[in-house]
Amino acid sequence: MSDTAILNKNDMVISKTSVSVLFAGDSGDGMQLTGTQFANTVAVYGSDLNTFPNFPSEIRPPAGTVAGVSGFQLQFGTTGVYTPGAKFDVMIAMNAAALKANLNNLHHGGIIIADSEGFDAKNLNLSGYGEANNPLEDGTLNDYTVFKIPVISLTRKALADTGLSIKIIDRCKNMFVLGVLYWLYSLPLETTIETLQSKFKNKQDIADANIKAVKAGYNFGDETEMFSQHGRFCVAPAQKKGGVYRRVTGNEASAIGLAAAAKKAGLKLFLGSYPITPASEILQTLAGLKKWGVKTFQAEDEIAGVLTSIGAAYGGALAATNTSGPGLALKTEGMGLAVILEIPLVIINVMRGGPSTGLPTKPEQSDLLMAMYGRHGEAPMPVIAAMSPVDCFYAAYEAAKIAVEYMTPVLCLTDGYLALSSEPMLVPSPDELASITPVFSPERKADDPPYLPYKRDERCVRPWGIPGTPGLEHRIGGLEKQHETGNVSHDPENHALMTRLRAEKVANVADIIPDLTLDNGPEKGDLLVLGWGSTYGAIKKAVEQAREGGLDVAHAHLRYINPFPKNLGAMLGNYKKVLIPENNCGQLLSMIRDKFLIEPVGFSKVQGLPFNEMEIEAKITDILKEL
Amino acid sequence: MTDTHTCLTAKDFTSNQEPKWCPGCGDFSVLQQLKAAMADLCLKTEEVVVVSGIGCSSRLPYYINTYGVHGIHGRAMAMASGLKAARPDLSVWVGTGDGDALSIGGNHYIHTVRRNLDLNVVLFNNEIYGLTKGQYSPTSKVGLRTVTSPSGVVDHPINTIALTLGAGGTFVARVMDRDGKMMKEIFKRAHAHKGTSIVEIYQNCPIFNDGAFGPFTDKERKADTTLFLEQGQPLVFGANGSKGIRLDGFKPTVIDLEKSGVSKEDLWIHDENDLIKANILSRFFDDPNTTEAFLPRPFGIFYVEDRFTYEQALDAQIDKAQEKGEGTLEELLAGPSTWTIN
Ligand SMILES: Cc1ncc(C[n+]2csc(CCOP(=O)(O)OP(=O)(O)O)c2C)c(N)n1
Ligand code: SF4
Ligand SMILES: [Mg+2]
Repeated sequence: MSDTAILNKNDMVISKTSVSVLFAGDSGDGMQLTGTQFANTVAVYGSDLNTFPNFPSEIRPPAGTVAGVSGFQLQFGTTGVYTPGAKFDVMIAMNAAALKANLNNLHHGGIIIADSEGFDAKNLNLSGYGEANNPLEDGTLNDYTVFKIPVISLTRKALADTGLSIKIIDRCKNMFVLGVLYWLYSLPLETTIETLQSKFKNKQDIADANIKAVKAGYNFGDETEMFSQHGRFCVAPAQKKGGVYRRVTGNEASAIGLAAAAKKAGLKLFLGSYPITPASEILQTLAGLKKWGVKTFQAEDEIAGVLTSIGAAYGGALAATNTSGPGLALKTEGMGLAVILEIPLVIINVMRGGPSTGLPTKPEQSDLLMAMYGRHGEAPMPVIAAMSPVDCFYAAYEAAKIAVEYMTPVLCLTDGYLALSSEPMLVPSPDELASITPVFSPERKADDPPYLPYKRDERCVRPWGIPGTPGLEHRIGGLEKQHETGNVSHDPENHALMTRLRAEKVANVADIIPDLTLDNGPEKGDLLVLGWGSTYGAIKKAVEQAREGGLDVAHAHLRYINPFPKNLGAMLGNYKKVLIPENNCGQLLSMIRDKFLIEPVGFSKVQGLPFNEMEIEAKITDILKEL
Repeated sequence: MTDTHTCLTAKDFTSNQEPKWCPGCGDFSVLQQLKAAMADLCLKTEEVVVVSGIGCSSRLPYYINTYGVHGIHGRAMAMASGLKAARPDLSVWVGTGDGDALSIGGNHYIHTVRRNLDLNVVLFNNEIYGLTKGQYSPTSKVGLRTVTSPSGVVDHPINTIALTLGAGGTFVARVMDRDGKMMKEIFKRAHAHKGTSIVEIYQNCPIFNDGAFGPFTDKERKADTTLFLEQGQPLVFGANGSKGIRLDGFKPTVIDLEKSGVSKEDLWIHDENDLIKANILSRFFDDPNTTEAFLPRPFGIFYVEDRFTYEQALDAQIDKAQEKGEGTLEELLAGPSTWTIN
């Protein structure tokens, strides 16, 4: 089915630059799968895309209830797609609970595609509406455009001649809905058909049934009178850079970033880790990369996670560990050991709501100060923060580069929002990736001068002498080291020197990190919005909109938090005010105030939810009004 | 050893750092025997790594002229596990104390033992926290008065051997610090064993827990309180081998060989591959000071089992995944499915 074939029809086609869609249904309705299919289709079609799943927090919540609603949100479009969308334009509600759980996030006047059979008495009661109050009938939805489709009946009818059982046929209902949506947004069916063919390679009848259901949904769009007065939509592909693309979530990207860094450096990757939401997919992804020689070690706890990695790093591996807040707390002593051992180690911390178990499935940016200062003693460590799902790849990669080239543990921060969101990634070619150059101390002969494991180069970096190399036998540990020899030393002057050298080494990382550049806006002006991490998309959109509205505002986004880019201070000085939106109570803000002695305006949101662009735009407007 | 380099001597394994242990500390003997065993095994200094936690005993790596890492308290087993998993080619030894391995590091201990990486663990048990100056440890006896138990310890001590067997240990041995020859032989067996070897050492701390093992070392008592295990040999102890252990069903019984007329052939014959017998032996844990009819404390190798190691299994999975060649960076970056935009 080609585009032109669709457009040749005599429908009314309304073009849009971006659309945000929510697929919502019961956990058993296959919404993640349906959303993923739709995402793949628009990705291949060439749209910009950003997705975010919203799972229920229980594994098997009661069916039909609000607690059991599973959602998959995505935004696709021609331009300006940096987030899954603050509110949705369209919502698929497979049952009453799905509608109830999400209606307040639907744009006023938005479209609801409801499976009317998911609004029977039973579902209405389970959802909490009550059987007497069907929102599809009682006027609750008067402000919206509602399409009520008896999905199960239509699917059964379409698949009646397949000879399959009702149970299997009913499982195809989400494909029917998908077909309707493809019709509504004038999208091709090929990607989904191909995926179904290969997914059910050995079950041709199932593949055929699912494909039939998608086509039936599509044809329903064509034939029904339901849509005729509203027309259908068309979202032109984005002006994307040509090349090969894949879709990644933040966690997948982090994992691949580490594995790629190891390959590029010619090292073996070792990951010691303990499962924790929302970081586990990094361990899971890497566990599947044995073909690339990746070794994963599911340890007994996070302490063993970091310590096994330190052991592997001592042995010459590119070692990493990943976790989320509670696990980072457990790793702190180990990270301090890595600081004093001065060995390469990447720690990826996927932040979630805290303290304690907090909000395990919800994102927050509240571990920044812990990443910076959460170790005993003077234990500085480079800190990098990823700002988008794709950037998780580059942040992990760069963390590995810094770790190996500066012989230091590096903390890489992502969060639960980035971890699970996905977007298209332009696949880089290996030579586009920065070089990573580990330098192992060479073998020594008996009459060579003794090996000095803590003799530093001009960047204060010590050499990496790994076991198995004749002549480099040496002992190191957590006790303070004597300068150069690495022997245990309690000398006061030596401790002062080593403390200073460890800090200087980390500060020297600033030499290889790029200057901070403006994402948008003038080089001098009234207001700079300074963000870090996953707030990128929301801030970018907010600043774009504010600028379209004529406001004097700029946006810069920090990826390197320790050390800061060298030009940061100068940049901050170019604006009358600096606004720092954060999903915490002002952690970057206190770092900036501390370092540059300025008083930025903070904007915190600690609801376990990401910012949306409206909130930030409103804040920008407020500040500029007062100026 | 297949290659033909001339073997090093114990002296070659001596580092340039002076041991900082107290005079008379049992740790000296362990250090000496360990270096001697490494020499006997013809190991090369560059292929050995000694990993430790924190404690007096955990200073061990500094004194051996190989690679070494002195880590943090309780985590030696974890660090050694990562090193061995990443570098199966190395000979990895762990030096750890009773506090390090069994208290703060207890969790790592049981999981390391069950994973069975090829590590040689030297567990210095002095039934006390030496480095922090004499607090009781998880192996201290009930009633022991220390700075943190002025009225006597109330917690029941860990039985290291039983714990290790319970965790799935594949090489489990106990030796006294003063039995140097036996210690060296056990170290050599531990090295030969492919899997996690646990060698518990009864190590005297003359400063904070002197004589903790007195019942097993006192001249007058030791013949009756100790039992030396030898593969294929009957369990005989006592002055001039006058006593033996017979298994009556699952119940070990002390036999007076002179009076009873039972012959040695009818005694329990030690079989280090028998897990059930090893478990019973591990329960020979009476305190001769407080128990009247005590069983003698066994020393030697309790149990040996040939089981695949963690790193062998992991490497086999990787080899299998790479049967058709190792993945390239291009393939890694592209992932399982891509699309092209022109
Ligand atoms: C996290 C942490 N907690 C506590 C200590 C203090 N500490 C150091 S060694 C030790 C106990 C050592 O006992 P053991 O492992 O039996 O070794 P020993 O000194 O007896 O050889 C303690 C409590 C520490 N270094 N780190
Ligand atoms: S305190 Fe005890 S264990 Fe520590 S060195 Fe002294 S004698 Fe040895
Ligand atoms: Mg001790």
